[in-house]
Amino acid sequence: MLEVTDLRFSIEQKVLLSDINLRVSDPGITVVLGANGAGKSLFLRLLHGLLKPDTGSIRWHGELIDLSVRQRQAMVFQKPVLLRRSVAANIDFVLKHCALKQHKTCQQILEEADLYAQRLQPARLLSGGEQQRLALARALATSPEMLFLDEATASLDPAATEQIEARLCETRDQGVKLILVTHDIGQAKRLASDIVFMHRGKLLEHTEAQAFFDKPQSLPAQSYLRGELVI
Amino acid sequence: MQNREIMHDFTSSFALALDLILQFNAELMEIIGLSLRVSLSAVTIATLIGLPLGAAIAIMRFPGRQFIDISLNALMGLPPVVVGLLVYMMISRAGPLGWLNLLYTPNAMIIAQLILIVPIVAALTRQIIEDLYREYREQFQSFCLPLQRTIPALIWDARYSLITVILAGFGRAIAEVGAVIIVGGNIDHLTRVMTTAIALETSKGNLALALALGLILMLISLSINTLVYGLRLSAKHQAYA
Repeated sequence: MLEVTDLRFSIEQKVLLSDINLRVSDPGITVVLGANGAGKSLFLRLLHGLLKPDTGSIRWHGELIDLSVRQRQAMVFQKPVLLRRSVAANIDFVLKHCALKQHKTCQQILEEADLYAQRLQPARLLSGGEQQRLALARALATSPEMLFLDEATASLDPAATEQIEARLCETRDQGVKLILVTHDIGQAKRLASDIVFMHRGKLLEHTEAQAFFDKPQSLPAQSYLRGELVI
Repeated sequence: MQNREIMHDFTSSFALALDLILQFNAELMEIIGLSLRVSLSAVTIATLIGLPLGAAIAIMRFPGRQFIDISLNALMGLPPVVVGLLVYMMISRAGPLGWLNLLYTPNAMIIAQLILIVPIVAALTRQIIEDLYREYREQFQSFCLPLQRTIPALIWDARYSLITVILAGFGRAIAEVGAVIIVGGNIDHLTRVMTTAIALETSKGNLALALALGLILMLISLSINTLVYGLRLSAKHQAYA
């Protein structure tokens, strides 16, 4: 259970997120939706502990987000941050330095990500889809209990997106909680078990995915789903 | 007429210089050997100090960080003769480190060169690592990577750029004359290096030896630049730069 209470975050006196309360149960995929500037990515970073809130608290299974909690989480960014090393060395790095539990070998991880043939290639020379697959495989190599994804498929073609989504479903089925930020309503429909809708730094809705798509409660969410420009 | 004589002197000196090089003249080789020993020692120690120092300044936030940063940048342009003078005052018999008996030894020259190149290595490393860390910071935070693992990881990933920095430091050290002549004394068979020997032999009119040393020095500089170019090209090709 992820529990967010009265969360507020500001930068230089500008309030970017406020009055956020949320209870998310595991497992499943929680999708965070909202227009540009709604504060989705910021919210994700706060949940993962990369940023500290001004006020409020974030608890996971009752524990405040600290180093020991973060070590059991992982995050995949929109632009994969790959080390300037080979594909295999990227996986080896997390296995050596970051993984609390090591269930799989580098070879197994790369085979699962369908990247074993490219293991000796420089990671940054992979295609966009392969790079994101590697970033996801690297995040999963740490055996996280919770995985955050910040628009992980935003710049990928449909084939690459499909591969990533299949992997996410497998990961969900293994009991890992996923929190995914996306702009892609179709992707949210395909993957989400519940939806968090954000607008101008506030959390407007948190409902089951089907209920959200059938009958969104807030006006911004209705406009967003109709494909209107939400400012 | 005078121009023709100068040209003749130059060509004959050049021929003599080539002869000295091709015959592996003992005096020439001794000077080159000492130059390389001193500068390579200085650059090795400077690398061991400068890389972690620059990387630490790049990623750590502490009071006085900006002051250290500005100081390092300022120290990059240290005049060698001033460094020579300061080291001389420290290690001369009357100085605080006089008891070490370092004056007019290769070790004194290594210390002088070290002081000249540590700021170069550290300041350039700081810049390179800071740029890389900007890219890696969130991912490393997500990995919960402690500082003692972050610094080596960044140094490894910036290795191609950092090799260029080290070679730049070596270039500065091997071509330096002002500091080493003060603390080394340019003593034959003991502290005579290429740059100090060129100055001495030119003043004595022994242009052949001076020119031979000059050619070697230029060859070393050219090799370093070729190596840097090749490394950059290879790194870019493999997307490691």
